[in-house]
Parts: sequence; C-alpha cells; structure tokens
Amino acid sequence: MSVFWILVILVGLAIVGFALGRRRAIGSAGGDPKTLHSRPNYYGVGVALAALIPSLALLAIWLFVQPLYIDAQVATQIADAAIPEGSTRGLMMGDIERLAAGFDQLESRGLMTPEEIAALGPDDDIRGRLGEVGLALGSNVSAETLDAARTFRSLSATGGILMTVAVLLAGAAGFAINLARVHHSKRARNQVESVILALLLAAACIAILTTAGIVLSMLFESINFFRQYPITEFFFGLQWAPNFRGNSDLGIIPLLWGTLYISLIALLVAVPIGLFSAIYLSEYAGRRMRAIAKPLIEVLAGIPTIVYGLFALLVVGPMLRDYFAQPLGLGNSGSSVMTAGLVMGIMLIPFVSSLSDDIISAVPQSMRDGSLGLGATKAETIRQVVVPAALPGIVGAILLAASRAIGETMIVVLGAGAAARLSLNPFEAMTTVTVKIVSQLTGDTNFASPETLVAFALGLTLFVITLGLNVFALFIVRRYREQYD
Amino acid sequence: MTAIPDTPSRPSSILEADARTRKRNAAEKRFRMYGLGAIFVGLTALVLLLTSILMQGLPAFQQSYVTLEVPLLEDTLDPSGERNIDDIAGVISFGYNGLIEQAVEDAIETQGIEIEGLDDPAEIVSNQAAAQVRRFVLANPERIGTSETFRFLTTSRVDQYYKGQVTMASAERDSQISPQQLQLAEALAEAGLLEQSFNWNFVTQPDASDQRPEAAGLGVAILGSAYMMLIVLCLALPIGVAASIYLEEFAPTNRITDIIEVNISNLAAVPSIVFGILGLAIFINFAGLPQSAPIVGGLVLTLMTLPTIIISTRASLKSVPPSIRDAALGVGASKMQAVFHHVLPLAGPGILTGTIIGLAQALGETAPLLLIGMVAFVTEYPDAPPEGFFDPATALPVQVYNWTQRADPAFAERASGAIIVLLVFLAIMNITAILLRRRFERRW
Repeated sequence: MSVFWILVILVGLAIVGFALGRRRAIGSAGGDPKTLHSRPNYYGVGVALAALIPSLALLAIWLFVQPLYIDAQVATQIADAAIPEGSTRGLMMGDIERLAAGFDQLESRGLMTPEEIAALGPDDDIRGRLGEVGLALGSNVSAETLDAARTFRSLSATGGILMTVAVLLAGAAGFAINLARVHHSKRARNQVESVILALLLAAACIAILTTAGIVLSMLFESINFFRQYPITEFFFGLQWAPNFRGNSDLGIIPLLWGTLYISLIALLVAVPIGLFSAIYLSEYAGRRMRAIAKPLIEVLAGIPTIVYGLFALLVVGPMLRDYFAQPLGLGNSGSSVMTAGLVMGIMLIPFVSSLSDDIISAVPQSMRDGSLGLGATKAETIRQVVVPAALPGIVGAILLAASRAIGETMIVVLGAGAAARLSLNPFEAMTTVTVKIVSQLTGDTNFASPETLVAFALGLTLFVITLGLNVFALFIVRRYREQYD
Repeated sequence: MTAIPDTPSRPSSILEADARTRKRNAAEKRFRMYGLGAIFVGLTALVLLLTSILMQGLPAFQQSYVTLEVPLLEDTLDPSGERNIDDIAGVISFGYNGLIEQAVEDAIETQGIEIEGLDDPAEIVSNQAAAQVRRFVLANPERIGTSETFRFLTTSRVDQYYKGQVTMASAERDSQISPQQLQLAEALAEAGLLEQSFNWNFVTQPDASDQRPEAAGLGVAILGSAYMMLIVLCLALPIGVAASIYLEEFAPTNRITDIIEVNISNLAAVPSIVFGILGLAIFINFAGLPQSAPIVGGLVLTLMTLPTIIISTRASLKSVPPSIRDAALGVGASKMQAVFHHVLPLAGPGILTGTIIGLAQALGETAPLLLIGMVAFVTEYPDAPPEGFFDPATALPVQVYNWTQRADPAFAERASGAIIVLLVFLAIMNITAILLRRRFERRW
C-alpha cells in the first residue's frame, strides 16, 4: 500500500476518533456537557491526536531507516569479486536500484507479469525491456546484479507490508487506548494542550535542525575533501585550475579576491547612494515624497537576483565593454568585475537605505533640536550630530550589505565571468566563490573526486565568513539600539 | 530704540547674509542636492532595469507563423497503403521533411514568387514543423493522400528579422539563413501567408532544444514553480506560524529559546546558495530523493522562507495588544485558548501578508535550485500532484538562467520574456499583500 493511502487511512481514523471520543465523553457525563472536565471537543481531539502522532512518527522513522537497512543488506550480498573492473560498490548499488525500479515500472504498467520477471535470466534482453519504460541502463545486467535487484525488490516489498501493518497498528492502538480512557473526569484539555505545546516547540526547533544540517553536511564533505587535498594548499593556493582528470590546483585565494573586489565595488556604489537617500528621506523629504520614493526604492530589494543578472549580462556588460573597456584598452570582455559590482551595487541600495533610515529615525529628536537651537544648519546637524550618533548602526547596516554581496550568486554567475584571476583591472572577468560552487556542483558530478568536494569546502568558507559578518553586524546594531531605548 | 551699533566684523544688515553664512547655506543646499541626487540615481536604476527588460522581452510574446498547404503523400507516409498505425508510426519525423519542402515549393509556385539564387527555401520553416505534421497524421491516419493546411512556426532567424535583430546584412554572414530566404519570407508575408501573432505557446509549451528557440516555452517551468510554491505554502506556513506562536507566546526565557532566536536571525542572512548545498547533501545524496524534482526544490525553499515567515508572524503577533490576552484569560480561557481563539485570528492578516512576501521571495530564488539539478532540460510536463512532485521539472528563474547559457541569440529574447512573466507573478503577489495590509490593517 502506498504511503499516500496509509495517510488517507490515518486521517480517516483520526476523524472517526474525533467523533467517537466526543460522543463517548458526552455519554460518560450522562448527556450533560457541563459536568465534563473539559469541553467535549477536547476529548475528540485527544483521540484524534493519539491516533495520528505515534503512527506518523513511526511512519517517518520507518521511511528513513528502511532504505538504509535494505541497502546495507543488499550490499553485503555482493561479493567483492563480483564488482566489475572500474566500478565501485556504490555504482553497482545504483544500478541495482535502477533495475529494481524498472521492474516495478514494468509490472505496474502491465507490460510484464511477476512470473515473467521472475523468469528473466542474465541472457535475456533486460535492457531492451527496460527501455520500453524509458529507463536507460549503462551496461547489460550481470547475474549478480539481477540477483541483488531481486533481493532488493523482495526486501522492499516485505518492508512495505510490514510498514503498513505496523503504522496502522500504531494508529489503531493509540486510537483504542485513548478512546477507552475517555471519561468525564479526564483532564482532556490539559493533555491536548501539552501535546500542542510540544508540537509548537518542535516547529521552533526546525531552525536549529536547519543550521545543524547546513553545518554538518558541509563539514563532513569538507573533511572528505581535505583528506584528498592538503588544507594549506586550499587556503593559501594562488592557482584555481580544476581538472576532472585529477591533478587540480584548488587554491581559494583567486576566488576570494574576485569576491572581495566585486563586493568592494558594489559597496562603493551602494553605500553613498543608499546613505544619502536614507538621510534625505528621513530628514528632508516631505510626507508625500517619502510615501512615493521609499517604496519605489524598496522595489529594488524585491526584484529577484536573476533579473539583475540578466540586466548585467544583456545591458550593463556590453555597455561597459563598448564605451569604457575597449576605448580605454582595458579589456574586451562583457563580463567583468565592474559589471557585476555595479549591478550588485544597485541591488544593495535598498538594504543600506532602509536599515540606515530606521537607524537615523531612531536618533532622538532632542539631539537635533539641541544642535539646531545653537544655530547649526540642517546639513551641519546631520553631519555633526545625527550621523555620528547613528554611526554604529550605519556600520552594522553596511556590514549586513557586505555579507549579502559576498553571498550573492546569480549576478556574479551571469555578470562576472568564470576565469579565476588575481588582477587589479576591474574590466577583466574574474570569478567568485559562489560562481565556483555552482560550476563544480551542476551537471554530472562524482561525489568522490576533490573537484566536486571542493564546492563543500568553498560553501563552508562562505558560510563562516557571512555568519561572522552577520553576527558582528547584529551585535553592533543591537548595542546601538539599546543606547537610545 | 537705539541705533544698531556699527561693528565692522558684523554684517551691516541682518537682511543680507555675509560671506560665511552664504557659504554655510550653499553647503546646506549642496547637501540637500546630494540626497536628492542619490534618490534620483536609485530610481533611475530601477527604471532602466525595468525598461531594458521590457524592451528586450516583449517581442518574445510575438511570433511569426507561416501557413502552408502540406500534401500528405501516401507513398511517403504509408507505403504499404494499409493504414496500419504501427507502419505509419514507423516513419520518423525526419521522413516528413520532404513534405515540408514540397509544401514550401508549392507555395512559391502558386504565389508566383521568383527569387534568384534561392537555396533550401524550406529552411524558413521551423524544425518543429515535421513533428507537428507527424503528430497530425498519427492522430488522423485517414487524411493520408489528401492535403492539409498547417500553421507552422518560422525559424527563429525569420522571426528575428521581423523583430529587427536579423538584417539582410547579418544574414549574409549567417549559415542558418540567407538574404534570399528572407526575401522569400517577405514575399510570403505580402501574400498573407506569413504573419505575426500573439504567442500563447511561449507561456504554455515546454522548453525546446538548442536548434528551435522559436518553439521554446515556459509551460514546464511555470508548472514546476507552482508545485514548489504549493509545497512551500503547505510546509512553511504551518511550521512558521507554530514556531512564532511558541517563541512569542509560550517560550520561557532560557538557553534553548535564546539559541532558537539567534538561529532564526542568522538563517535569515545565510546566502541562498548555502541552502542549495544543504539540499544537495541532505535531501538528494542522503535521503535519496530524485534530482530536479519539485519536492526537493520545495523543501529547500521552505527552509529558506521559514525565517522570513517567522519574523513577520512574530511582528504581527506582537502587535496584538496584551489587553486582548488579559481579557480572554480573565473570563477563564486557558493560555492556549487565548492564543488560538483570539490572538491568532487578529494577527491573521499580518501573517498572510508576510507569507505572501515570503512566497514571492521564494519564487524568484535561483541559486539553490541550480545545485539540486533543476537546470535539467525537461520537455515533459510533470504529472498531477502528489506524484508530480517527484517528476523532473524546472522553475521560472532557473529557466531564465538556462536560456542565457544557450548559444543562439534568440534565446536572450526568450530569457527576458520569461523575466517579464516572473515579474508579473511577483507584482501580483506583492500587490495582493499590500492590498491585504491596507484592507485589514488595524491600529490599536
């Protein structure tokens, strides 16, 4: 039975449980809900939750563990000698799983009966039959693979039946036990509420799980990478030249240089524009101007980065090349540090401006009044009183923007180019950490080679840098906010 | 009243500014101008961005079609003459090319078009045409032996000629089109056989291969994006709201709460590509979910959107005044009842607005989807959910990226067109959010 139908049955059970639990509670109170401890619905919800939660938990665990168990069982069945030259156990397991999935397809579409599949030998045209269901096998099937695929299928089938039985039993048991305990003096509301509180806590913990998942997944693969590639060469190597036949140079320095150079240009664009717009909007602009200009600038933050990337690729890149780089003899590439930096700068304007706006608005009015009262002009007040008072917060905003710039992907993928280079010329194509993560991980990849695994080490580096910047920025902003609260 | 003392260091009149005041006032004016200039630059950038995308992308919604009468010759399509559908299906699309050539030559003859040095006139018709005729024949085998009128796409070069991207001069250097073929297209247009019309196929059809930019569409990408948004909505909204309720209403001030809060604010600032690495490592390599499937994309985007939804939900829960809670508790509600029966409904519009904005963000996200294989070339629509969640699909922004990587320049126009579709969806979502906020916003 498919998972979908198990879920349908469980939900049905829960609905029946709700109705029965409610009715039983009212019955045990002699038809008068006033003598119940809780309102009748809570008894019903209690039964429904008892039918759902243990069974769903079991289902989730089972779905997670069963493939691991079956893989381990089947893998032990393959003798070392049976693994062909140039292949690995992992690759063979992939073949076996594909073969088993193909048999399932053939059977479910009615192209072959189970008896016919059982009678297939290694000499039959299995590849051809699987081709009918759109499954391409790399090589013809050996006797061992076929055997293993059969074991795989029978284990999966047994596992599926066991799972159905166990999950439905768990649901029924929870249902029956809770229903039997329904009594007018039962503290149903308190029990239901504590279950709901636990669920709320579990939802909140998903954030922790996500962070843990990010860190662990990247850490393990990075450790794998550093087993194959020396850590010092990764962090201090000046060459980036991956080569899928091996012997690659995987130094991060050129990538970091590109990342920082582009981010610097982006900040040089975004910080003055963002800061001055924030100052104007919060100090000078009238109500109407503010109501129009502020949302319009914030539209820039809502535009997806792929749009900026396309803008860089189709408009800014060719324009810079034709009007600046080529006439000045600085290069003839459309994608360049300047292209990516300028466009990224535009993207960052709203980040700088809206955060700075908040922070400038939070500077107490009394400070402005004091300065104006002494005869300072508005500009002098802003320059000598408001901005210095808001400075820590503005620095925090700039750091947050910098962290955005460093982690930005699509603009640099489309605008900056793919050549890893250590150069000062801003009209030359350079590349960044994020571009290389994309290029090493897209397409057909082999997760055992350092050329692929390096992406995880790059990701970890990126994560650590941006996390550091964020934590530092939030720390500054928070400390500043406390100052005037 | 005494006369104003005549001191040389002071201005003779308070009505006339002295040099220093003039300087200070000029500085004031300059400063103001800088601010205005900054806003102007920002808005110009916005306008430039949007107009350039619109200018480049709008032509993608127009496409050139040519109407031809194709003879469905029996001896090419069904040599045995038995109308056996398997035999007819045995003729692959390539076998139909002769018919298309015949059709173009017939059209030239009946229209009396004479062009010197015209080679391969059928090249003005899209490669798609043969497959289109074949599909028709397989569906209506009884029509073999007659002739049938078809509306074919032209090749992208002819199409681009009408959009001004291809000229007679550039066709001279192009291996895929010749000036004579363009003249033929002009002649056919004069005869009313070749025309431009609105291109619905761009929005509904699946992607097409490198050689057929004229046939490439967004159908699979839109469907894939819709599936992912559905998954994000079904997962991120309940989980996000539950987490916010816990943090805002029930969480004790202790270590665990602190850790959760710090985690959420950090996750909101983690680069999106890192979530892609997470998806690849956990959902695909570890859990064994299929590559390019909307389910994986949906899960990754859910994790990305959660912090946004949690932050906005907490803000709207916080804006419900404590008196509401106190009143509920005062008449004997439990804390849980106060929250679920009173606070949550009042915070509802705010939560909805935050969710829509989070979804809009997720819809435009590209980088993590590249890593989980959504760049694949998919020409088949995914099935209906829930099975369809596991079928290969692409997403709108990834389709844009995909087209920018193709060699044929006609794909650049398609990419910009796809951006327009994406921006229209985003605009609809954001405007809905703004209207909801306006309609239901409540000041306490």
